[in-house]
Amino acid sequence: MTGWSHHLPALQVIVPMLVAPLVTLLRPRGLAWAAATMASLLAFAIAIALTLGVLDGQKFSYLMGAWPAPYGIELGVDAFSALTLLIVTGASTLALLAGRHSVDTEIEPDRQPLFYAAWLLVLAGLVGIPVSADAFNIFVFMEISSLASYVLIAGGPNRRALPAVFKYLIMGTIGATFYLIGVGLIYLMTGTLNLADMELRIHEVADLKPILVAAAFITIGLALKAAMFPLHAWLPNAYTYAPNAVTVFLAACATKVALYLLLRFDFFVFQPNLVGHDVQFAYFLMPLAVLAILIGSGVALFERNLKRLLAYSSIAQIGYILLGASLVSLAGLTASVLHMFNHALAKGALFLAVAALATRCSGIRLENISGAARSMPWTMGAFVVAGLSLIGVPGTAGFVSKWYLISAALGEGLLGGVLVAVIVISSLMAVVYVWRVVEAAYFGEAPAGFASTREAPPALLAVTWAAALANVYFGLATSLPVTLSTSAAEQLLRHLP
Amino acid sequence: MELLGLYHYWVFAVLLMIGFYAVIAKPNLFKKLIGLSIFQSAVFLLYITMDKVEGGTAPILQDGVSDVLYSNPLPQVLILTAIVVGIATAALGLGIVVRIKEEYGSIEEDEIQEIDRQ
Repeated sequence: MTGWSHHLPALQVIVPMLVAPLVTLLRPRGLAWAAATMASLLAFAIAIALTLGVLDGQKFSYLMGAWPAPYGIELGVDAFSALTLLIVTGASTLALLAGRHSVDTEIEPDRQPLFYAAWLLVLAGLVGIPVSADAFNIFVFMEISSLASYVLIAGGPNRRALPAVFKYLIMGTIGATFYLIGVGLIYLMTGTLNLADMELRIHEVADLKPILVAAAFITIGLALKAAMFPLHAWLPNAYTYAPNAVTVFLAACATKVALYLLLRFDFFVFQPNLVGHDVQFAYFLMPLAVLAILIGSGVALFERNLKRLLAYSSIAQIGYILLGASLVSLAGLTASVLHMFNHALAKGALFLAVAALATRCSGIRLENISGAARSMPWTMGAFVVAGLSLIGVPGTAGFVSKWYLISAALGEGLLGGVLVAVIVISSLMAVVYVWRVVEAAYFGEAPAGFASTREAPPALLAVTWAAALANVYFGLATSLPVTLSTSAAEQLLRHLP
Repeated sequence: MELLGLYHYWVFAVLLMIGFYAVIAKPNLFKKLIGLSIFQSAVFLLYITMDKVEGGTAPILQDGVSDVLYSNPLPQVLILTAIVVGIATAALGLGIVVRIKEEYGSIEEDEIQEIDRQ
């Protein structure tokens, strides 16, 4: 082990966090974008290095300020957090590389340095959550990322972004405060904030009622942050009215990080300590996941605004992730973690294609993009590839995780049969809503007075295609995400018989 | 008597619900934010009450003094951070309300929805 690589978990957070204030000083706007992109690329490189280390079987544990673990703040990276870090830093990097033109059209030049600074703070907060092993530290990172993401979303050009972000702020703060109450109750009973220490010390607690209440507060609070049905009300408008580049970034990873934390708490901290917790967890989660899948896809069928259509589809996809977790089996959790990764790929690519469409079309409603495929064949081509991945067509990343999810469900007997039916119905609905976009773009008449003959800006197009091709690549070469998700699922389940 | 002995938890629960009620029931965005602040303050009190050790004093180490019972300083430090988060949330929320007032000319939720529907 060379000397510096154990600092990587700390650097993962510090790089974007320190570059953020510097970016505000870079007045020529190209410079601010370049600095933010470099910081994001560096964070991505660190995430890759951490992932390679984890694949090598290395254990990352970093003591902040060299204070010993249960007293000081510990940072740690395992397979689950490494995968989450890859999603977050990858999404941020792709969105920044692609987003320069898109940001130029939506944010006034003199505000751009502040915009990029807020972006890096979101990144720092979102990577801080998987890296940290301290419950209160995680709360602080969660609020850093949330507050900065409210700023990013409110930067949208449409005034409707403001009520949307206000709703997100209220619901997000309630979620974070519920989490804080839960952590407080656990601290009251155990006297520790370190997740690993917490898990051990709950064994010594005689009266588990406060821990039960804490489990409820933490699960509901994080479910709010993760936009689990029926707590998803903030998500559609926030995604729809945010600047396009921000939607790419947040849609790919913000809810995934909350899901990561939800699974980590419910499986690492509570599972070994609360009798029957797995059953309660499954009964609580499964009906909500099924409703999320059906209602999310159902609403997406009738949406005419492209971003809102994809946002409702996201709610359904979060349902898939929760459904896998609610099976509380190795196969189910593997599918769940894998779907986090694959859905981030598919949704990231789709929102990139939407951002590309938005640069040339008069709007992003179906009637605005009517006939757009004739002038923008490459953009729509990428949209179709990513759309196939969202549906789960063989040969794309979406197929792999749906396959795992269906095989996990089949292991559950009769109930599993019903769940498979739900997954298939929702996938068919996905075919329909992706088809509606394709139909409008390829077969629709161009709206009168709209004469765009240009493709999207080359940088945006290149990144969109890179993301679309990544969907194909990870649909064929599945070893990296599958290895990471399997070992994450094994870790999550290590306390169950 | 035990119920009264745990009065600080009652204060926490009642404040929490007052704040929560305001967030849900008030149509005025400003009142919603104030409700949110009350909601958060209740949690601050939960943390602060838990650090008190009966008969404990301020946790300051002194030479030659031993056998002293100290209160737990950690929750206060934690909640100092949470208070800063609460201030930031309230400031950002109020900033958004000001922008909403500029754009819509109203800070009543139902009126804003009405304007958006047109």
